[in-house]
Amino acid sequence: MTEVLVLTDVSKVHPGGVTALDSVSLRVRRGEMLAVVGPSGSGKSTMLHVMGTLDRPSSGDVEVDGRRIADLPDRALCALRARRIGFVFQQFHLTEGVTAQENVATALLYAGLPPALRRTRALEALDRVGLGHRAHHHPHQLSGGERQRVAIARAIAGDPAIVLADEPTGALDTANGQGVVELLRDLNRDGATIAVITHDRDLAASLPRRVELRDGRIVADVRAAEQTVRLGVAR
Amino acid sequence: MSDDLTRPVRLRPLDLLRLGAGGLRTRPLRAFLSALGIAVGIATMVVVVGIPASGRLALDRELSALGVNLLLAQAKFDERTQRLPPVPEEADAMVARIGPVTAAAAVANTSASIRRTDAVPPERGSGITVLAARPGLMPVIGAGVASGEFLTETSSALPVVVLGDKAATLLGITDVSRQRPVVWINDRWFTVTGVLAPAPLAPEVERAALVGWQAAKTWLGFTGHPTTVYVRAAESQVEQVRKVLAATVFAERPSSVVVSRPSDALAAKRITDTAFSGLFLGLAGVALLVGGVGVANTMVVSVLERRREIGLRRALGSTRGQVRGQFLTESALLCLGGGLAGVLLGTLGTVGYALSRGWPADIPPAALGLGVGGALLIGVLAGLYPAVRASLLTPTEALATP
Ligand SMILES: Nc1ncnc2c1ncn2[C@@H]1O[C@H](COP(=O)(O)OP(=O)(O)OP(=O)(O)O)[C@@H](O)[C@H]1O
Ligand SMILES: [Mg+2]
Repeated sequence: MTEVLVLTDVSKVHPGGVTALDSVSLRVRRGEMLAVVGPSGSGKSTMLHVMGTLDRPSSGDVEVDGRRIADLPDRALCALRARRIGFVFQQFHLTEGVTAQENVATALLYAGLPPALRRTRALEALDRVGLGHRAHHHPHQLSGGERQRVAIARAIAGDPAIVLADEPTGALDTANGQGVVELLRDLNRDGATIAVITHDRDLAASLPRRVELRDGRIVADVRAAEQTVRLGVAR
Repeated sequence: MSDDLTRPVRLRPLDLLRLGAGGLRTRPLRAFLSALGIAVGIATMVVVVGIPASGRLALDRELSALGVNLLLAQAKFDERTQRLPPVPEEADAMVARIGPVTAAAAVANTSASIRRTDAVPPERGSGITVLAARPGLMPVIGAGVASGEFLTETSSALPVVVLGDKAATLLGITDVSRQRPVVWINDRWFTVTGVLAPAPLAPEVERAALVGWQAAKTWLGFTGHPTTVYVRAAESQVEQVRKVLAATVFAERPSSVVVSRPSDALAAKRITDTAFSGLFLGLAGVALLVGGVGVANTMVVSVLERRREIGLRRALGSTRGQVRGQFLTESALLCLGGGLAGVLLGTLGTVGYALSRGWPADIPPAALGLGVGGALLIGVLAGLYPAVRASLLTPTEALATP
C-alpha cells in the first residue's frame, strides 16, 4: 500500500452552514509532493485540517497511514499526529523565550522520546534545514525565513508520514519564500511526503502535482509529465 | 483499532514539570506576584500556629524550672464577719509534719501601711501589702534575694523589712548592698535589709514588704493568724497532700481554707496571653483564599494569552489530558513555590518573635507540612477551571486565534 493519505467523498460543513468541502476525494502516495491551490475561501485550509486530523469531516472517510480516523477517538488522533503528521503554519508558531532546538524538541515530546534523544533528533532536524549553527538562538534572533525553517525542522523531526504546510511562504518575502520552497523540495527529494497550500501560481506549477480547489470542490488534479486530469465542470 | 501508533504516550513527570515551569519562566513577574499572595497566607498560618506553640514550650520549661509541686493554702475572707478566719499560728508547722511535705512556710497580712517616708501623706498609699513572714519562706516559694539578705530567726524580732521585687521598684529601692535605706511602716521606721528576686509562683510576695513574725506582733498589732501557707511536697504525692491540706491548716473549719496550685494558675494565665484567637486563624484563611483567587486569575489570563500555543501543541499531538496536565502543573508549581516561601517566611517570623521574647522557637512540623500541602491543594483547585478550559479548545479554533 503506497497511499499515505486517502480522502473519500469528504464534506465539511462549518457551524453556521458554510460548506467548506464538498465531496472531496484525494489520494496522496508516499513520497509525493503536491500543491493545493485555489482562491481565498475555497476550502484549502479546511482540507488540510481534515487531512491532518485536526478536524473531523462532516461526512466521508479519511484514512491516514492506513487508519480510518472515524474509528479512532480523539486521544488516538493525537497520538497519530504526534508520530505520523507534521504541520507547518504561515505564522510559524514558535515559542518565544526558548531556543530553536527546544522549539523543535517539543514536537518529539508527545511521541514519547526521552529528553536526550529529543535534543539530538532536534539538532539533526535543524541540520537538515541548514540551521544547525543557530540551534541555540531564540526565535527573535532569527529572520522570518529562518524561523520558518525552524518550524519545518519541527515538522520533520519526528520523521512523519506526511508534512502538511498551510501557506508556509505567506508571511515571507520572495527570496525567503523561495528558500523555503527549495528546502521543501529538497526534503521531498530525500523521501518526505509533502502537501503545500500556496497562492503562488509559479510555485504550484513547478511542483510534481497540483490540486485545485474551488468552492470546496476539487476542480483540477494535475500531475506533471502525466496527462491532465480535469474534474468537475470544464471551463 | 488500537496499535502502537495510536496509543498516546504518558508524559514523564519531569517533562510535565518542565512544561509547567516553562509557562512560569516566560512571565516571571506575574508568577512572582501571584505566588506572593499564597506565601503571605501560608506565612500567616505558620506564625499563628508557631508563636503560641513557642510560648507554651517556653512556659513548660519555665514551670519545670520553678517546680510544679508548690501548693498554696489561703484563708478565705469571711463576708459575714468581714474578717479573715483565725487560722492557728502553728499551721505551717503542722503542715510540715505531713509525710510527703518537704517544706512549709506561712505569711500573714498585717494590714499595716508602708510609705517611703513619713512626709508622704498616708492616703497616698503605695499599693504594697505588709506581710509577716517566716524565715524559711524563700526556698518554699522558689525565690532568692537580689540584694542584701532575707529575714533570719534573729532579725525577725527587729524592725527590719525585706521588699518583694515589685514593691522595691515601687518604692525606688533596688539595691541595699552598700547602704540600708529606711521606710515608714504604720508609725515607725523599718530598715530595708533585703530585696527579693522575682517570684513568679508567688506574685503576692513580689508586691509585698515582708517583716519578721515577732516584729509584726511587736510594732504592727499583728495577732499571729497566718493568711497563707506555702507548701512544697514530693512531686508524686502533690495530689494526696492537696486533699488533706485544708484540714491540716485549720482543723476546725477546713471549708474556710482554699487550696490551689500556683503553677496551674500561672500556666492558665500565660496560655491565654499567648494563644491566638480563632480570628487570627480565620484571617490567615482569608489571606490564603485571596491568594488562591489571584492564582486562578493568573491562570485564566495565561490560558487566554496562550491559545495559539495550545493550538500548536494539539497539532503536535498533545492530548486534551496533556494540555490539562500542563496547566494544572503550572498552577500547582506556582502555589508550591508560594507555599515554600510562605513556610520559610513564617518560620523566620516565628523564630524572630521567639528570640525577641527569649523563648525557644517551636513550630509544629505538621504546620509546615500542612502549609506546603495546603498550598499545593490550592494550586490544583485554582488551576482546575483554567486547565479544563484550555483542554476544551479545539485545535482549529486555538490555531485560528489572531
Ligand atoms: N471555523 C469556521 N466556522 C465557520 N466557517 C468557517 C470556519 N473556517 C472556515 N470557514 C469557512 O469555510 C470556507 C473555507 O475556508 P478555508 O479557511 O478553508 O479557506 P481557504 O481556502 O484556506 O482560504 P484562504 O486562502 O483565505 O486561507 C470559508 O468560506 C470560510 O469562511
Ligand atoms: Mg487558508
